[in-house]
Amino acid sequence: MAEVTQEAVEEKVVDALAELGPDRSEITRDATFESLDIDSLDLVEMSQVVDEEFGVQVKGEDAQQLNTVGDAIDFIVARAG
Amino acid sequence: MSRRVVITGLGSVSPLGVGARTLYDRWSAGEIGIEDGLAPCTDFDPEDFLSSKEVRRNDRFVQLALAASQEALAQAGWDEEPPYDPERIGCVVGTGIGGIGSLENQHDVLRDKGPDQVSPLAVPLMMANAATAALVMSHGLQGPTQTTVSACAAGTDGIGAALRMIRSGDAEAVVTGGAESTLTPLARSAFAAMDATSQAGVMRPFDARRDGFIMGEGAGILVLEDAEAAEARGATVLGEVLGYGASADAYHITAPEPAGRGAAKAIERALSDAGLGPEDIDYVNAHGTSTPLNDSSETQALKAGLGEERAKAIPTSSTKSAIGHLLGAAGGVEAVATVIALQEGKAPPTLGYEEPDEGLDLDYVPDGPRDIGNGGRLIALSNSFGFGGHNGVLCLAAP
Repeated sequence: MAEVTQEAVEEKVVDALAELGPDRSEITRDATFESLDIDSLDLVEMSQVVDEEFGVQVKGEDAQQLNTVGDAIDFIVARAG
Repeated sequence: MSRRVVITGLGSVSPLGVGARTLYDRWSAGEIGIEDGLAPCTDFDPEDFLSSKEVRRNDRFVQLALAASQEALAQAGWDEEPPYDPERIGCVVGTGIGGIGSLENQHDVLRDKGPDQVSPLAVPLMMANAATAALVMSHGLQGPTQTTVSACAAGTDGIGAALRMIRSGDAEAVVTGGAESTLTPLARSAFAAMDATSQAGVMRPFDARRDGFIMGEGAGILVLEDAEAAEARGATVLGEVLGYGASADAYHITAPEPAGRGAAKAIERALSDAGLGPEDIDYVNAHGTSTPLNDSSETQALKAGLGEERAKAIPTSSTKSAIGHLLGAAGGVEAVATVIALQEGKAPPTLGYEEPDEGLDLDYVPDGPRDIGNGGRLIALSNSFGFGGHNGVLCLAAP
């Protein structure tokens, strides 16, 4: 597993989201998943990448609470810590 | 008087290239889209038609269907907005198998990475109704939808179902056809295990040396509309679906009934549905798979369904001789090719046909495109028969 740092998580989350469709320049901390056209299926795919990399699971109700890219990064960092 | 159903759009992606016209022109020119025993859509790049997100979220068979539907809807003049209430526009896309490539990929993920890494897209990627679902979302169609899954008859059965949706008044228009992409290790091994595919790597339907089919991929999509509604909006009519007939062999899970009785019944029903007789048919687009069993039983079926003398007189050719067997897409792509053949008044050839086989004595058009008909409205049959003993036959006409 990779070490969980704010920077490492942010990089991985942005990479994962960019694979799912949105333009990389649009993927900022404040961007909402809705504005990026990232739906619940995409979030599961993102969380699988995060799980594989950091061993942190983002599932079900936890995922439903996440509205922005920043929310996801903060959740993963907090969960790992 | 039941509602008449006209064709206003054609779209195709096939091993001969992208575009309905490309398929017909290259087939007629004697070109063959087969390489190393397979018939892939080499010229097809999904990024030409779909966003990267759409490419990621759709199995290749759906990508092919979406591309073909874009061509068909553009030709029908539906580019901007559908011409009818979206709730009055249906969709029926047939497929033999569905997203088997996606299924195989996800099985690899399960084996190599474990159950937590299986994609949440696995089900929507592989489900057999994925093409129908993608088309209705892409084009905003909200009328009745179905997916026909009757093996190699699926495309033809889909168009038949669409015909009946419009006739019954359930829809004003239906986007229909077939799509398939199964050039995967598992599917190729499975068809080879049945001895269905050619060891020689050659399609030669109805020829004495035929030894099985070449697996191909592609999609054929047609826009069908109620004739009065199409006329009212000033649509250009490309052809008409006059009738559809179906039957089951109830004989063997893969082998056709040798005398072609079931297939003959479907031919008779298609003619009866169209209110026509054998003398009205100018061309037959055969199922013509290049398997020893199909081409023999289909020949018998045409003789039984049309009468031996009439069957021998009608030019009969196999699109599969140029593009291989597109399985559930075959009926869609072959209906597209048949409509253009009727527009042109020419039967394209059965390529590779050289050595007559005993009892296979129809006019298989070995000698290049041939003028058809006697000056009247041109009418054709398009046959599709599937594993499971499913028989589907369309009766199609020029405008």
